[in-house]
Amino acid sequence: MGSLEEFRQLGEGEIARLIAGLRRILATDSLLVEQEDLVPYECDGLTAYRQLPLLVALPTTEDQVVAVLKLCHELRVPVVARGAGTGLSGGATPVRHGVVLSLAKFMRILDIDPVARTARVQPGVRNLAISEAVAPYALYYAPDPSSQIACTIGGNVAENSGGVHCLKYGLTVHNVLRVRVALIDGTVVEIGSEGLDSPGYDLLALMIGSEGMLGVVLEATVKLTPKPQVAKVVMASFDDMTKAGNAVAAIIAAGIIPAGLEMMDKPATRAVEDFVHAGYDLDAEAILLAESDGTPEEVEEEIAAMKAVLEGAGARELRVSQSEAERLKFWAGRKAAFPAVGRITPDYLCMDGTIPRKHLAHVLIRIAELARQYDLRCANVFHAGDGNLHPLIMFDANKPGELERATEFGSRILELSVDVGGTITGEHGVGIEKVGQMCVQFSPEELDAFHALKAAFDPQGLLNPGKAVPTPRRCSEYRLTGSAGHGEGRAA
Amino acid sequence: MSDISAQLIERIRAASSPLCIRGAGSKDFYGNAPQGEVLDTRGHTGIVAYEPTELFVTARGGTQLAEIEAALAAQGQYLPFEPPRFAPDSTIGGVVAAGLSGPRRASAGSVRDYVLGVRLVDGAARELVFGGQVMKNVAGYDVSRLIAGSLGTLGLILDVSLKVLPRPAAEATLRFELKQAAALDKLNRWAGQPLPIVASAWDAGVLTLRLAGARAAVEAAQQKLGADGTVDAGAFWDELRDQRTTFFAGDAPLWRLSVPSVAPVIDLPGATLIEWGGAQRWLRTDAPATTVRAAAAAVGGSAALYRAPAELKAAAGAFAPLPEPLAALQRRLKAAFDPRGILNPGRLYKEI
Repeated sequence: MGSLEEFRQLGEGEIARLIAGLRRILATDSLLVEQEDLVPYECDGLTAYRQLPLLVALPTTEDQVVAVLKLCHELRVPVVARGAGTGLSGGATPVRHGVVLSLAKFMRILDIDPVARTARVQPGVRNLAISEAVAPYALYYAPDPSSQIACTIGGNVAENSGGVHCLKYGLTVHNVLRVRVALIDGTVVEIGSEGLDSPGYDLLALMIGSEGMLGVVLEATVKLTPKPQVAKVVMASFDDMTKAGNAVAAIIAAGIIPAGLEMMDKPATRAVEDFVHAGYDLDAEAILLAESDGTPEEVEEEIAAMKAVLEGAGARELRVSQSEAERLKFWAGRKAAFPAVGRITPDYLCMDGTIPRKHLAHVLIRIAELARQYDLRCANVFHAGDGNLHPLIMFDANKPGELERATEFGSRILELSVDVGGTITGEHGVGIEKVGQMCVQFSPEELDAFHALKAAFDPQGLLNPGKAVPTPRRCSEYRLTGSAGHGEGRAA
Repeated sequence: MSDISAQLIERIRAASSPLCIRGAGSKDFYGNAPQGEVLDTRGHTGIVAYEPTELFVTARGGTQLAEIEAALAAQGQYLPFEPPRFAPDSTIGGVVAAGLSGPRRASAGSVRDYVLGVRLVDGAARELVFGGQVMKNVAGYDVSRLIAGSLGTLGLILDVSLKVLPRPAAEATLRFELKQAAALDKLNRWAGQPLPIVASAWDAGVLTLRLAGARAAVEAAQQKLGADGTVDAGAFWDELRDQRTTFFAGDAPLWRLSVPSVAPVIDLPGATLIEWGGAQRWLRTDAPATTVRAAAAAVGGSAALYRAPAELKAAAGAFAPLPEPLAALQRRLKAAFDPRGILNPGRLYKEI
């Protein structure tokens, strides 16, 4: 984890000026300064690390956002933008001497154009709310992170969120056409366009996944996709993880790009079956869910093809959903994997490495060895189609040393992901959680380039400081100790 | 297969005046005029890795696009963004640097959508790797996608990893006689339905559609779209992709307008070719640059002067001018990667 304390401390006079300035900009109930009001903002979905901010600003208009940024820029106060706070890497963890800028009140869908297949929305609009609003036009917003019921589009842009349908429908970066962004000095820029291409450097690609470090999203125009007429899923169980991994490769080798291709190992399957009773094969080493969507004809053709491939790959049991209700039941467990694991352990850490699929069996065997070494349980859910692996490390933060062991276990998994040619984060972002492992994945020159790029947008480093890109000092520490220290964050 | 990365890095390190990074030179016409001493990438070649079941290919920047496409075709895969092949020896580095996509772009995505990672040498002669070979990767800023379309102004592409996909099982081409406004209307309405339309072209009163996907889906769509039957497209889509159709012949200035697909007919003198479901409008016109650019901006798009006599390009600039705050960001990005301003200066904009 990275320290959030590298930024300078504010003097009392500066704090007073900041609060006085913010009071002039914001309505009384839009500025939180009392500790009891700040507590709900002390962490995001990475609950193991908490930090109270100096204050929380909850503007309701774009002019207020701009004014808050200008004031913070002038006073050199760090700003951490925040949506629903569902992020899992600590991207929205506050900075002690900084402002949390909540975009939660920007909940309006500004415009839906069913013919152009676009929706223009404010940053605090929930991911799922977009699909719900455009459902009457038989359209939807494709990226579906598992937090989609709560997470906001502003946060999705910051994290380049994925979901279970990325292989076919892409990530946030493939589904956002334009963002309106406020830079730290209050300048508002339009990036991208409703046309498909924009002149100059592709700043939209940079902005998406920049973890709130380059600008604050004020508005996003997203691409809408026609809803497939039908979807069906094949559920296959395997008595061997290697066979399951090979089955995934075989589906792709057969020229099929499934709408969803997900895998769970035995511990994960058992945890979710107890929770949702989906009828999973509890003796299987791996369960594979392969979804096809499209026209009825297309789905029949693809399901038949996938069944044949899975049989050939040695699946011990195959079931095809016979109704929409059954399809949802098959998915229920996969979608509920995180809460299901949450029921069987006081705490868990969700890792997010991506690996080349061919290394799946090797990586899972190594994870099992590490679990024994660290004396902790681990369940694995896997976006098999795109190689994104979510090991869920179970621990009890109240037992001395368990959080530290879990964190170290997680670090080893991420390093393993890099070793096999993958990455430390597929869709959750670096945040504070993986800032140390950035030193494993990137050279000092590459990290320098990231810092220079950041400075092109935010020369004083005020937006979300201490996240995503480690300083050289932090990397030296990480290399020495295998951990980058936790700053003043504390375990829950 | 040959690795001359050390030489390329050394050339950049030693350079004291502008370099013109160049592969086959098949896109010398694109952007503003190339300037500087040529740094030829054609000696840096080879497919470094291709794993069909992992859906990626990694190739050195000087590798010929044709070689990569042949390797993919042998495994039933392809580059869905269909970059134009202006010459038989076009290089993959040039494809990525130019960022030009072909007929399937509206449905399949653009060059940048398929870039998974790059290894580049920046203007300070640093060898830098961003992204990788996996589909999902959010570690660090997405510099590899930024490189797509940057016309060599941020770095020389040593190698690039691209996502690849299986070729669709079936394809069909349909033709309709339609006026421009009616064609635009139909294209947008069809795009809102779950139909396997992967490419479209409207030219001189004829709308040509390409369907692709599962056999059953293509057949069902043909019936639904009410076409009497399919036409033999022959080389039509290849010629369109490579910009060799009759529309592209001739000397009148050629503009590429990127606009919302629902933008109405753009009323300027000259011939129009529409692609990408309405989102790309090619225009052959002698209308003044300011008029063309204003017309594109009025509908929320932008206009690039694609092919034109040198004097006209020099006067109008290849790409639409940017609002100052965006231009300032671009200048600072350029300075971050090429502080000495020696890589393809002026190719994208005068000041970068």
